[in-house]
Parts: sequence; C-alpha cells; structure tokens
Amino acid sequence: MAEALLEVSRLSRRFGAVDALKEVDFNVTAGEVHALIGPNGAGKTTFIHHVSGALQPDSGRIRFAGHDVTALSMHRRVSAGMARSYQITNIFPGLSALDNVALAVQGRNDAGSSFRFWRPVGREAALFDEAKGYLEQVGLQDKGGAAAGMLSHGEQRALELAMVLATRPKLLLLDEPMAGTGPEESARMVELIEQLARRVTILLVEHDMAAVFRLADRISVLVNGQLICTGTPDEVRNDAAVRRAYLGDHL
Amino acid sequence: MLQLILEQTLNGLQFGLMLFLLAAGLTLVFGIMDCINLAHGSLYMVGAYFVAAATQAADSFWIGLGVGVAGAAVLGLVLELTLFRRLYQRDHLSQVLATFALILIANEAVRAIWGPAALLLNPPEALAGPVEIGGFFYPAYRLLIIAVGMAVALLLYLLVARSRVGMWVRAGAANREITESLGINVRALFTAVFVFGAALCALAGGLLGPLLAVQVGMGESVLILAFVVIIIGGIGSIRGALVGSLIVGTVDTLGRALLPSLLRALLPADAASTLGPALASILIYLLMAAILFFKPQGLFPARA
Amino acid sequence: MALYRAAPWQKPLSLALLLAALALPTALSALDQAFYIGFATRVLIFALAASSLNLVLGFGGMVSLGHAAFLGAGAYVAAICQQAGINEALIAFPLAMSVAGLFALVVGAVSLRTRGVYFIMITLAFAQMAYYLFVSARSWGGDDGLPLNGRMTLGGLPLASDDALFYAALLALVAAMALFGRLVDARFGRVLQAIRENETRMEALGYPVFRFRLVAFVLGGMVAGLAGALLANLTGLASPNLLQWTQSGTLLVMVIIGGVGYLYGGVVGAVILLMLEETLVGFTAHWHIVLGLLLLAVVLFAPRGVAALFGPARSDEHG
Repeated sequence: MAEALLEVSRLSRRFGAVDALKEVDFNVTAGEVHALIGPNGAGKTTFIHHVSGALQPDSGRIRFAGHDVTALSMHRRVSAGMARSYQITNIFPGLSALDNVALAVQGRNDAGSSFRFWRPVGREAALFDEAKGYLEQVGLQDKGGAAAGMLSHGEQRALELAMVLATRPKLLLLDEPMAGTGPEESARMVELIEQLARRVTILLVEHDMAAVFRLADRISVLVNGQLICTGTPDEVRNDAAVRRAYLGDHL
Repeated sequence: MLQLILEQTLNGLQFGLMLFLLAAGLTLVFGIMDCINLAHGSLYMVGAYFVAAATQAADSFWIGLGVGVAGAAVLGLVLELTLFRRLYQRDHLSQVLATFALILIANEAVRAIWGPAALLLNPPEALAGPVEIGGFFYPAYRLLIIAVGMAVALLLYLLVARSRVGMWVRAGAANREITESLGINVRALFTAVFVFGAALCALAGGLLGPLLAVQVGMGESVLILAFVVIIIGGIGSIRGALVGSLIVGTVDTLGRALLPSLLRALLPADAASTLGPALASILIYLLMAAILFFKPQGLFPARA
Repeated sequence: MALYRAAPWQKPLSLALLLAALALPTALSALDQAFYIGFATRVLIFALAASSLNLVLGFGGMVSLGHAAFLGAGAYVAAICQQAGINEALIAFPLAMSVAGLFALVVGAVSLRTRGVYFIMITLAFAQMAYYLFVSARSWGGDDGLPLNGRMTLGGLPLASDDALFYAALLALVAAMALFGRLVDARFGRVLQAIRENETRMEALGYPVFRFRLVAFVLGGMVAGLAGALLANLTGLASPNLLQWTQSGTLLVMVIIGGVGYLYGGVVGAVILLMLEETLVGFTAHWHIVLGLLLLAVVLFAPRGVAALFGPARSDEHG
C-alpha cells in the first residue's frame, strides 16, 4: 500500500449541540486526487478547517507527512507543506496579481527570512521571476500588473491557485475551486487541476459532480459529520448508503 | 476591621452597579453594532450636568434626575440619527476618530456653558444622613444607589433574557447578518439600544453626582473602567457586563481600601508605602490581563 | 489598499524640506523669532511620535489607543536616568527606547491575541494602567511628574541651547523616517501591509502573523520612547499627563489627519495639528470645539487624510 500523506483519525468536533464532525477516519495517499463530497452542511468545509489548522478539534489526531500536526498552528502546517484555497476567494484585492504571488513565494521557508528591514524587495528579482512562473502556470502571465481585485472571478480563483502553488505544497487542500465560476471557467479549472495532479497530492472538496468524477482517484462521502463511504468513483457511485444520502441527486 | 471590610464591600457593590449602568449600554453598542464609542463617557458627563442643572432649576433632585435622564436620551437620539448611524458601516478607526472628536466637543462645550469649576449636586435631604444596618452606620443615599442599581440590573436582565426585543438584541449581538435576514428592523433596534444606553449613562451620572464631583473630564476615567468591565465580561453580553462590573467595582474599591494595610503587614514599611497605592491602582488592569490571558474573549463571550 | 509606494517627487521634496529645516534656526534668529525654535522642536518630536504610531496603525493595521504610554515611558526613563546621574543622551536615549520597547512587548503580547474593538480597548486600558502607576509612584514625583535639571548632553555636546535640541530632534526624525522608508519597501514592510490587508491569507501562506505584528508594535513603541526622551529634554519634565489616553488620541488624530499608511502621514499630521492649535488658541479658549468639528468633517468627508490628497493614487476603490 502506498504511504498515507495525510492521516486523520477519529476526528471529532462539536459546535454547541451539533456534532459537526464525528470520529472521522480519513487518509490521503501520496500522489492521489482524493475528493470529499457530501450534501450541503455535511461538514466538508469544517473538515478542511481542521486539517489546515484554522480550527482545533475536540478529539482525534491529524498526521501529515509522518508527523503529528494536531497541535500545530496554521502557518506551521503551511511550512510543513500543506496549502489551501478557500471556498470564497481569498486574495489581496488591493495588491497586483504579481505581488500576490510574490508574497506567497516569500513566505516559503527556503526563500529566506522575512524579517528583513532594509533591502528593498524590488531588488530581489528571484522572488518575482519565480512568481511570474506560477502566474504562467495558471494562465495569468499577462495579468501580473493588474490589481487582483480587478480580475474576473475565474481569474481570481486561478490567482489563488497560483499563490497556493507558490508555497510548493506536498498537499493541496482545494475547497470548492469551481464555486461560482461559469461553465467555460469551470472547464479551464478542471484542466488546470488535472495538470497539477501530476505533480502534487490533492484533497478536493467540490459540488460539481462531473468535475469530481473526472478528477478523483478516490472519493469519500461525508454526511452529517460522519464519513459513510470511501472508495473509487465506481464504488462510490454504486454504494447504497451514498445513494440514500443523496436521495435522487444524480451521481 | 470587619466593619471596614463590610462597608467597603457595600461601596464596591454600589460602584460596581453604577459601572454596570454604563457598561450595559456600551457593550450592546459594541456587540450589536460592532461600533466603538469613546463618547459614551461624555454622555455620562453631559447627563450628570443635565441632572445637576435641572436639579438646581427645579430645586428637587428627583425632578432633576428625571429631566436630566430624559435630556440625555434626547441627546442620544439626535447623535444616533445624525452621526452614529453613519459610523456603523465605517471601520473602527473612523469610529475612534469621530467619537474622540465628540469628546473634545463635549468637554469644551460643557466648560463653555457651565464653566471650569465642578458643579455641586446635593443628595435629596431625606437621604442625606446615615442609616444603621447590622450595628454600623452607612449613608442612606448610597443604599439608594445600590437599590436603584439592582432594580435596573434586574429590569435589564428580564428585558434582555425574556422579552422579544431582548431576543432580537441577543441575536444581534451573536450574529448581525442572521438578525437582519429575519426581517427585524435593525435600524430602529440600533436607535433604541443607543438611546437606552444614553439614558442609563445619565442615570449613573446623576446618581453618582452627589458622591463625586460633576466636572469636565469625569467621563473619561469612568469610560476606561467600563472598557475594562466589557473586556472582562465579553463584548455584547449583559450578563458579562454585570459580572464584570461587580468584579471591577469590588476589587477596585477593596483593593484601594485594604491593600496598603495588607502590604504593611507583609513588607517593610517603606516598601509597602511605595508599592501599596501603586498596586491598588493597577489591580483591576492586572486582573484584566490575567483573565484575557486565559479567556481572550472575556468570561461570557456573546459571539460563538 | 495597495502596498505603499512613494511618489516620485517625494524624495526631492523631502530633501528640500530637510534643507529648509536645517536652515530654520538661523532663519528664525535672523528674523528675531527665535522663540519659535522651541515650537519647531515640539513639532519634530511629535512628528516622530506620530510616525511611530503610523507604523503600527497605518502599515500594521493595529488601531492602538495606548501609544502615548510608550512616549511617557521614554520621558520617564530620561528623567530617571538624570536622577541617577546619567546625563549622556547616548546612554539615556537607547535606554528609553529599550524600556519603551520592552513595555510594548508585554502589552503587545497580551493585546495582539485579540482583534478589532477588543484590541482598541485593551491597548487603552494598559496605557491607563501605566498612567495610574506613574501617578501613584511618589518617588517619581507622583501627580507632579519628575523634573529634569537642565538638558542632557549628546556625545558630550550639551543640548542646552534650543538650536542644539532642535538639531538632535531633527536627526532622530530623519533617522526614523529613513528606517521606516526602507522598511515599508523591504520584506518586513510588505508582509506587514499584507497582514493588514488579509490576515487569514497571510497565515495560510505560512507567515507567523502574530510575530510580525508584535515586532512592528515593539518597533513603534521604541521610536515613541525616543520621542518621549526628547520631549522630556524639551519641556524639562516627565509628566504622567504624557501617558494619558487623550494623548494617545491626539497622536491618533495626527496620523489620521496626515494620512494613515502614508510614509509621511505622521509628520504632516503633527505639523498641521500643532500649527492649528498654535493658531486657534490665539482666537478662542475653546479651540477644542473647532478641532472636534474639523475632525468630524475629516471622518465624514476626507476619510483618508490630508496626505492622501497629495499622495499617489491607490487602487483600493475597487477592493
């Protein structure tokens, strides 16, 4: 069996009287695209928040790349190689697209300390050259100078992806990358993720089932905070419990 | 010694309840409108001046108190409609600047109208003397303040915990968007809360007037104490404001009264006399820092 | 907001103003107005203090309402140094900066765990705590403050003459502005501004947000401490009034009038506010009413301050 890059065991979290996550066991194998699906309110985003470190679980453990990261803060997990995109695009709207990505490059451990007070960043060509490379990968090479807030919705999603890539992650957490994009932009995003999948492990939360079944090597289904099924797309499609949970939704 | 402790505890209770009148309105404005109002202390000051002026004019403390509180409520209404309504949507920095400007205007206007000297406000004659409770004498007027403070606290509690308006207020403090989506007239709710807060300020200012001097700048020091109360209690929580007020009121009062003599018993005399007053004056801030360290959201966070 | 970028004319203009400032004492004496040198020094010192707050507030996005505590701490360290027999500014000033910085470290470590309205109230409360501490410290003069017996020396040169102190304050301001000017363009400054724009994103890019904020907060506190030490030399007194929260409010007003997040916002604001005060006081004893109304007008009609009117266009209207 291939090595598990991410290993979540018995993860639980309550919000008041609601079990948002209940003893979730979940793993992502190095190299795969693992999709997490489930009806609205199933706890998918909550799960991503716990994996990325934005929220702390009541109980359970999270291991990443062989280390227990349960107690680590978000920025430490990022340094360890975990990067995430957000359901609602999360960029620096006032900054240029290039500055957005350059900041992501600068934040990496191997890019050197950011506690530098004197030397203008303008003279650090390496930061910006590398950033341009990531913009190119997502098809934004011509938009580097534009304020990120002025880009179209699809372009902003692509920009966020470029920033996430610039952290050189081992594991990408993509929270509904297709949310709010039109059909054309969606198709481009699927293509982009397909390309990325060759180089990096991906945990994908997505509602667009066509995209999920096209991209995913394995799919897990979360319903009411509980994981009811994990398997290949075919196994999941034919699982009785999954069909019941989705009640007539087309899989 | 026991009598001193008892007396100071009552003083602390009385001070805490007055702080609660200030903090209750303020914590709701912070919690529901997400608006920082530095001028809350100015409403307290202006309210006290209103009460003092009206008392002199009417020659009756009770009429003066009623007129002053009503006047402050009207002032609050005008401020809400003309200024604060525009500030809710703005960033905290604009709110700080605008309400800081209000403090400057209020202090200077009061100085221009009533002069730089403190106004005298006498307690109603019937309550001027002490009464005997449990073998020692305690000022009747302070007992009245305790009674009024408790009554208002109870009223507020019932209002917020039991009534429909109170439910909206709590919902607004916990989550503004949801409250708006429920079709509640948030604008009117904001106005009502603000005006109510202003009236409570004037009530506290008027009641404390006979004990403290009614003077320019009286609002600022009490404002910061109200902040400490809210930080300890948790923004937007009436219960937190009550608990926080009582903690701050009693700890501050007892600290100032007892700490110096306590330290004298433990430390060499000169060290105690240097350290005592200093420690007593910053006691509540140390307490605040300690509470924050363990509960960054305060004791009773209203927001999940 | 975008990242700060200096307008192309900013460098030549600031050099020209620096030359003018260098000539100011001579010019004022020639015009028989030497009285104003003290006022000009005051402006420089408050420009320094306001600029240090601008680093915290404008570039770091931290609305601190307790900055005067660091100003006051610096002033007291200077006075206490002199009391202890240290009359050399090269020792006393760095000491003032260290103590103010250390105080900022403690305040920041607690208050930066919180956000928004909480942060404003907590910084305010801590400053008030420092105020009460100094008021009740009888060995440091209590209510009356701690006077200095004449001014210190700087590297052996006496600061006793008004001209000498003016140049010392100018030197401090120029050094601080040079540091801040470089800093906002350097890695640290870009990170700081990006945190102001989107804290969650920075955390998710792997930046230890808390640490960056704390360093900026401490740096701001240190420079404010330097301003306080200079101020004590100017006025000959370390007074608890320096720590009062209204003083923090005044610094905040300076930064906002001048332009939050513009390199020279603090300087512009200090010049405008102090000149306004100097002028208005001549007309009415109630000049605070005029100031208050002006501030309300700024909030309602020119929310980005005066420096913004002249500064480079920024693209935040679209954000």
